[in-house]
Order: sequence, then C-alpha cells, then structure tokens
Amino acid sequence: MGRRVGLEVSLACAEVVGLCNADVVAAYPITPQTHIVEHLSEMVADGHLDAEFVPVESEHSAMSCCVGSSAAGARTFTSTSSQGLALMHEILFIAASLRLPIVMAVANRSLSGPISIWNDHSDIMAERDIGWIQTFAENGQEVVDLTMHAFKVAEDKRVCLPVAVNLDGFILTHVIEPIEMPDKAEVEAYLPGFEPSQSLDPANPISMGIVGMPEIYTEAKKANAVALEESYSVIKEHWEGLAKQFGRTYKPIETYRTEDADTVFVTMGSLGETTMTAVDQMREDGIKVGQVRIRLWRPFPVDDFMEAIAGAKTLIVIDRALSPGLPAGPVATELRGMMYAKGAKQYVANFVCGLGGRDVTRAQFVEMYHSAQKAAASGAEMSCQMVGVKE
Amino acid sequence: MISAAEALKDFQKITPKTIPLVEPFSKGHRACQGCGEVLALRMVAKAVGMDMIAVSATGCMEIISSSYQTAWETPWIHVAFENAAAVASGVEAGRKALIRKGKIKDTGAKIVAFAGDGATADIGLQALSGALERGHDFTYICLDNEAYMNTGIQRSSSTPYGAMTTTSPPGPLSKGQMTWKKNMPMIAAAHNVPYVATASPAWHVDLMNKVKKAVTIPGPAYIHIYSPCPTGWRCGPETSIEAARLAVQTKVFPLFEVIDGQFILSREIKKPKPVEEYLKGQRRFSHLKPEDVAYIQKRVDADYERLLKLVQVTNPEA
Ligand SMILES: Cc1ncc(C[n+]2csc(CCOP(=O)(O)OP(=O)(O)O)c2C)c(N)n1
Ligand code: SF4
Repeated sequence: MGRRVGLEVSLACAEVVGLCNADVVAAYPITPQTHIVEHLSEMVADGHLDAEFVPVESEHSAMSCCVGSSAAGARTFTSTSSQGLALMHEILFIAASLRLPIVMAVANRSLSGPISIWNDHSDIMAERDIGWIQTFAENGQEVVDLTMHAFKVAEDKRVCLPVAVNLDGFILTHVIEPIEMPDKAEVEAYLPGFEPSQSLDPANPISMGIVGMPEIYTEAKKANAVALEESYSVIKEHWEGLAKQFGRTYKPIETYRTEDADTVFVTMGSLGETTMTAVDQMREDGIKVGQVRIRLWRPFPVDDFMEAIAGAKTLIVIDRALSPGLPAGPVATELRGMMYAKGAKQYVANFVCGLGGRDVTRAQFVEMYHSAQKAAASGAEMSCQMVGVKE
Repeated sequence: MISAAEALKDFQKITPKTIPLVEPFSKGHRACQGCGEVLALRMVAKAVGMDMIAVSATGCMEIISSSYQTAWETPWIHVAFENAAAVASGVEAGRKALIRKGKIKDTGAKIVAFAGDGATADIGLQALSGALERGHDFTYICLDNEAYMNTGIQRSSSTPYGAMTTTSPPGPLSKGQMTWKKNMPMIAAAHNVPYVATASPAWHVDLMNKVKKAVTIPGPAYIHIYSPCPTGWRCGPETSIEAARLAVQTKVFPLFEVIDGQFILSREIKKPKPVEEYLKGQRRFSHLKPEDVAYIQKRVDADYERLLKLVQVTNPEA
C-alpha cells in the first residue's frame, strides 16, 4: 500500500518517475524545474533508480537525446521550463511526428523578457500546436498521478505520443504537500514495462524521420492529428484504471459548484485551488458562481467542456499568458472559437492575471466577476483585461 | 575504460582483398554524380557493417537517402540539422540502460552519427562537443564538402579561404570566403576523446580502417572526411577523387590520427605538389589572383609544419 508523505512536489515528481522505472533521464537545469532532475540524479547515484542519467549541454539536446533514447526503445523522461521549453521547440514537433512516448514535466514559468523565473503559462501556451498530449496538474498529488498516467497513455500502442505534464513553477514545484505516494508494486501493476512497437534494432531495421515529400506530408500530418484526437478515449480509460488502482478519480474537465451557477470561472493549473476558495466566499455572499477546470488541454475535450458550461450564462476565462495583437489570451481565443462552432451563446469575458509570478488574490476574483457582469449586461464584445496592473 | 591503444591490440586491418562486401548503404539514393560525400558514406557503412545504427543530420546525405525510397539497410534515424550527436547520445544511453536491465541483447551494434560540415562545425558544434565530453560510445563522422550544399552552396565555417559560395561571393570588396577554414579535427581532439582521424575517399582502404578503429575503440570517436562536391565546387563529377587526392598531396588536407592524444601522420607528404594545382581544378577558386594563391600556400605550409610538430611532441619515441 502507498503511504502518505509530506514531500516537496518536485521531489515527489522525481520519485514517481523512479517508481515508473524510467530507463533514461535527460537533464538540463532551469529554475523552477531543477529540483526534479537533481533528485533524479541523486536517485541514480544512490542506486535507487537503474537509469542512464544524461546531463546534456542544453535543452535542445535534452529533447534530442530523449528522441534518440525513446527511438531505441527506452522509457524516457525529461523536465524543463520557460526558456528551456522554448529551446526545445523545434524538436517537440519531431518527437510527436516520430510517435515517441517521451514524458516531460513542464514546470510552467514565464518567458523572457524581461527575464522572470516565476510562474505563468507563457511557456506552454507557445507550444500549443506541437502535437503532444498535454495535461495540467493542480496540486502535488495530481503531479504524481498525472506523471504515472502520462507514461501509461504515451506508451499505449493505440497512442504512441509524447506527453507533457504541466505543473506551476514554485507554486507547485517548491511547496511541500501531503502526498499519497504509491508503492513500487502498485505502480508496476498499473504500468508494466515498456514494449515499443518499433525501435532502432539492427535485427529489424527501420528508417525513422525520412523526408516528407509533398505527396505524403499532408497525410503524415493528418495521421498525427488523428492519433492525438483518438488518444482522448485512451486517456480517459487510463484515468479510470488509475481510479481503480489508487482510488483517485480524474476527468478531462472538472467542475466545482456549477450546478446552479450563472457565471463560471475557467482555470487551468494550480490557480484552480485559489479559485475554489474564491467561489466558496462568493457563494457565501449569495453570488451564484462556479468553476470549470481544464485538466486535459490537448487533445481538448470539447464535448466535456460544452457540457460543463451548459448551465452558465457567463464565462470568466482566466489566461495566464498574453497573446499580443489579439483581443484575447490564448485560452479564451481557443474557447471562443470552439464555442462559436458549437453555436454556444454564453458570454465570454477574458482576464489575464498572475503573469510572471504576480499573486492572484480572492478580491481580484470578485473584481473580475463584477466587470464581467457589467460587460455581459451591456452585451458589447469585451476585450481581454489585465488584472491588477499598476498604472 | 580501456585505452584506445589496448582496444586496438588485436586490430585486423581491412586490406584491398578483405574489403567487406556488405552494403548497409545501398541502392536507392539520389546523390549527384560524383558526389564525394556519398562515396565516403558508402565506404564508412561497409567498414561498420550491418550491425550499425545510423543517425543522420539534416543535409545532403539525409535528403538523398530517404526521399521516396530509403537507401539504409540498417536502422537509421534523422531528427534535425544540429543534433545528430545529441540523438546518438540518446540512442546510446537508451540501449545501454536496456542492455543492463536485460531488456535487449548486446549484439555489439555500433552507433554512428553522420553530418555535413555545417551540421558539425557550425550549428551542431555545441551538441557534438557535449556528446564528446560526456563520453558516449559512438562514432561521429563529419562529411566535409566545405559548404552548406543541401541549401544551395552557402558558406560554412569549414569553407576554405578564398572559395566562392552563394554567401561568400567574390567581388571588388571580397575574395570569396574571407576566413580560414575552422580546424574541426583539432577541436574534436581537444576533447581528449580516444580517437580522432581525418580521412579521404581517395584513400579508401585507409578511410575504412580508420572507421573500423573508431567503432572498435570504446568511447567517442570523431572522423573528419574530406568530401568533394562537384556541384558546389564547380568541377566535373569525374574529378572528385582527383580533387580529394590533390588535397592530400598539396598538404591542404593532411591525413592523420590522434589515438589517446598521440598524433600520427597517416601519410607524410615529403614532396608536396603546389597548392595552385589543387585550386585550379575547381571553379570556386577561379577568381583568385596569384597573390591570393601565394597567401594560401604560405598558410597551408605553416599549418602542416604545426601538425608535424604535434606529431613529434606527442610521439617522442617515434
Ligand atoms: C535549424 C535549421 N536551420 C537551417 C536549416 C536548413 N538547412 C538544412 S541542411 C542545411 C545545410 C547543410 O549543410 P552541411 O551540414 O554542410 O551538409 P551538406 O548538405 O553540405 O552535406 C541547412 C542550412 C535547417 N534544416 N534547420
Ligand atoms: S550537392 Fe554535393 S554533396 Fe550534395 S549530393 Fe550533390 S554532390 Fe553530393
């Protein structure tokens, strides 16, 4: 049986990668991700994890190394943040196109400039279209569970795609939380050894990464997109398996007090927990608000989302990144597009907050709520507003 | 880890009579006629044999070998332009872990990365340096055709002084390439890897033996192969091997090995031919004036002298 421990979330993440028996860890330090790979290096040095720890010279090489080791048939993990993720950009597409089940923890952090080591989602929002499965954790327990789940999904023969598990930098990576750590046998029961469907093996030679002539490029891209779409049911299936094995349930979209809510806050990542407390407080004041949390970002669970917002009149979409030159942040832009296609009538108000580590307070949720009500009543289209900007 | 010299104790040389018949790199490629890179690549592949895992950088050899039909009879992977060494690191690390854990058998497969001079000396230098420094057991082959050929003959840091490329055009203010060729084999050797060598397809048995040594020795090895490109050098496809031979005979591209830090000349050039003879065969140098040729001759001589001194210093007994 697993045990309940108080552990820094980064260390918990590293521990679970160890329980998953990763074969190769490629590592390059960047704050706030560093504790994850540091702890993995200790586990390897102490003999607690039998893996090759490859301390590469850059994140570009970290992802390249992961592609190589995954193509060789090894269970492969890396972790990064911010500039490091941006440096990997080029190879992220290739990892997906080669259908390699690499797992990466992304400790979300803002992008330069100005340089900031603190949390927001600008790094991952710049990587929306890389063809990876992407999940967002809300707390330490979710980091642990989503990481196990990531290997399970990535390596499923029906999927064969890389998975990024997002966790907010510092807010999650550097806090100590009570965590239910599974034991080795439980993890092994959930996640057996990796059996690659194909690998670089001289006994059975294959060519990987060939030229995509115009005659085949479109088809190759379509196959990739279809694989990502079809991973949805497998992702759910393995969450159900996780619930059976460990007793914790996960859904692509989570709701909180939405049953009779007029207005819902739409959030991702750890802000969800603050939002819940804000919702509780506003409910006490008789305001009918609720919350919709996006846990699965790619493939986007369109129908689950539409179902979750069905009863609401107004959505308050909170973006943690800017999309300069557009009237909305990246999340709101996507949701509006999706809702338009579905003929949804809800009013979408959009706020950007918590950039570069700025705290988001409960009072600000109340402010956002009132601005959104006013805008919705006027009926006029509302451009994204930045919350708490010092003028 | 055992030293290179120890690993080569029972080394069985390839001779003209024992050149391997296998063709891990075979039919189905689309290189230009007389391409020096593809000639060298085929020799390398023959020397390594069928138990090879090839990692390619983006460039001519990747494009010509994998469009429509693969020319690779062994496992092959291409990821991007600048990362062949990093991908090879991953393949090596992955296999090492799997072998240790008993998940795959150790068949002694050799991991060999291929890249052009641009992918090696410019954009990929960092990844290469990292992989050499970390000591992965792989062989890195630079196929040096002295420019970015796949994108249409642009200069690289390996383009020789005076050469015309599309981004080093000669003109009233330019002699063509204005900088001296980057000395990539020396940069590789500075990493203290067990084996570094230069090779030429004009000395194919020597080339194959160097490759065989590189894959025999545990740890990282680097081989820099001079690879004429008729298309980019503006010379006839039938003159590639001649150009490769002249480069050695004029001391422009000396053949040597660095084994455990010791420099060894593969072929001492006692009666060098004038550099001019080499330059005049290629239209990329046709704009050079006699004083430019004299300058090149002087620097080539000086570089060769330096190499001789390195041989003496690192091999005091020889
Ligand atoms: C990041 C990146 N920049 C640029 C390119 C375009 N590109 C592809 S191959 C190449 C040149 C290859 O030159 P070299 O490595 O010398 O090999 P060759 O083609 O001469 O064999 C370039 C510039 C690329 N594919 N990726
Ligand atoms: S351009 Fe040069 S290097 Fe490229 S295939 Fe043709 S001859 Fe070979």
